Amino acid sequence: MIFVKELNESLHTLLETDERVVVLGEDIHDPYGGAFKATRGLTTSYPDRVLTTPVSEAGIVGVAAGLALSGYRPIVEIMFGDFMTLTFDQVVNHIAKYGAMYDGKVTCPVIIRTPSGGHRGYGPTHSQSLEKHFLGVPHLTVAAASPFHGPGEILTALLQRDEPALFVEHKLLYPEHVVRPEGSRVGDAIGREEASDGYLPSVVLSQVPREDCTVTVLAYGYSALLAARVVEQLAVEEEVFAELVVPSQISPMDWEPVEASVERTGSLVTVEEGTADWSWGTEAAAEIGRRRFSELRRPVRVVASEPTVIPSSRDKEQQVLVGADTMKEAIREAAA
Amino acid sequence: MRFIRDFEETLLQLFEEGLLNGTTHACIGQEADCVGVIEHLRPGDHIFSNHRCHGHYLAWSGDARGLLAEIMGKPEGVVGGIGGSQHICAPGFKSNGILGGTVPAAAGIALAMKLSGSDGISVVFIGDGAFGEGVVYETLNMASVWKLPLLVVVENNAWSQSTPLAKNFAGDMAARFEAFGIPTTRLESTDVLEIDAEGRRQVGLVRETRSPHAFIIDTYRLCHHSKSDDNRPADEIEARWPFEPLNVHGVRLDRADRERIDGEVRDALAEVVGDARALT
Repeated sequence: MIFVKELNESLHTLLETDERVVVLGEDIHDPYGGAFKATRGLTTSYPDRVLTTPVSEAGIVGVAAGLALSGYRPIVEIMFGDFMTLTFDQVVNHIAKYGAMYDGKVTCPVIIRTPSGGHRGYGPTHSQSLEKHFLGVPHLTVAAASPFHGPGEILTALLQRDEPALFVEHKLLYPEHVVRPEGSRVGDAIGREEASDGYLPSVVLSQVPREDCTVTVLAYGYSALLAARVVEQLAVEEEVFAELVVPSQISPMDWEPVEASVERTGSLVTVEEGTADWSWGTEAAAEIGRRRFSELRRPVRVVASEPTVIPSSRDKEQQVLVGADTMKEAIREAAA
Repeated sequence: MRFIRDFEETLLQLFEEGLLNGTTHACIGQEADCVGVIEHLRPGDHIFSNHRCHGHYLAWSGDARGLLAEIMGKPEGVVGGIGGSQHICAPGFKSNGILGGTVPAAAGIALAMKLSGSDGISVVFIGDGAFGEGVVYETLNMASVWKLPLLVVVENNAWSQSTPLAKNFAGDMAARFEAFGIPTTRLESTDVLEIDAEGRRQVGLVRETRSPHAFIIDTYRLCHHSKSDDNRPADEIEARWPFEPLNVHGVRLDRADRERIDGEVRDALAEVVGDARALT
């Protein structure tokens, strides 16, 4: 099933099965059903617990905080990931703090979902992947939609926790089919799911047995879909063999699947669509460098988008955002 | 009111002694707001307070031991010494030091009451300074659109930290609420009986109509903003002392009653302070 349909069905199911769930967001009412249709049908089926809101991102996330403090399980849709900046104070100084600041007397398990990312020509303020600014916020989980993880499973797992979470959904994943690991396969590739206690699972896949891979690629979101294609191409066309690790939780990060792969390959490339520098990849470089220094045969290579605005023009946008060519060049070099 | 006043004056002494860490915002001069509104709340209601929360908390819970231990940073404090002066949490009560950011959470608590069919109300205390924060206006809009049982109590103490209202506030305070269709009452008073009467009416209105109301109390902060930062004109402050709440109400009590109350408060507080000092 395609991603956005699964996502929509899982929201219906969560509202159906858990009376604590409340969904809030801008323009989510029917017949419009949300800017990306993830919330279609919800206001019709659950008019009391699904609220279409004013254009007030800080306000609705703050209202969700109050709901969560009262025992409800709010799921907020922020229409574009770019607008997450408007929620930053509520997330950092309120939602993520309450549990620890009040010495565990309360929980504030707000879930924020947001469509993010570029390649659609929406330009500088509707194309960004700003999640790096939320990584490392204490007591906040950041999860990322993935071509290899069901959105329903991720939302369900987040709902079972008592801490707040941000779920970043790259827009280009919405029309894609979700491919779940089955047995020892991930679609046409070899692979499986790996998870340490307390973390959402990572999917690890490769075209050849992992023992034959000479580089690990760590990528999430739409970059993981691009990376999977590049890994396949490199294997078929150039006999360059990489193992791809795709986490569904990007902060706090489960490093074990990455370490287990790097232990064999001795080389790591990270890929993310957010801007380069002070990023998820630089943190991965520092962490894997610290944990696996003696097994790395070269410095970790961090691939990210140009640190500038995202142009609207198709050609210019492609020059700024991480694409298959950059990825391919980095993986080829790191595999050597 | 006497207890809140003496508690906060004691805090300032304990700071001098070096027993307290960090900072604290006293509400000296504003005690009538705390008791005049909170007196009418009941279990099932919820208060969201701000940086100047000691009076609200004491009026709600009476838990002076927990609060003092908290401000002293002791594990026995109401939130284990983590929150300190501005970040208190107890059943039906929370405070946070981010100005205005508490208002949407209070509205969310009101929305939870609405969804669950409870007859509780959510009360949020803000000061005049919070009108500088955009999220306040976002929330007033939502509270009105969704008809939430929310009472916004504004303690306008005329000074936003070091800045007088005239320098950072344009237009009309009540009109801010009225623009969102929120009925608003404004009362210039430090008289606990006046505030109590209006507080009762406001709490009753929100409880009955299940819709937001605003209650603006024009008051005055007689102490510094926090600890020792005060550059206000001394004569302005001096002129307000005769109108402070204990004085306004105290003249109604006969001498014996007043002395009895003062004595009881003194003894109760001495016990609290003694207990807190004994904590390791």
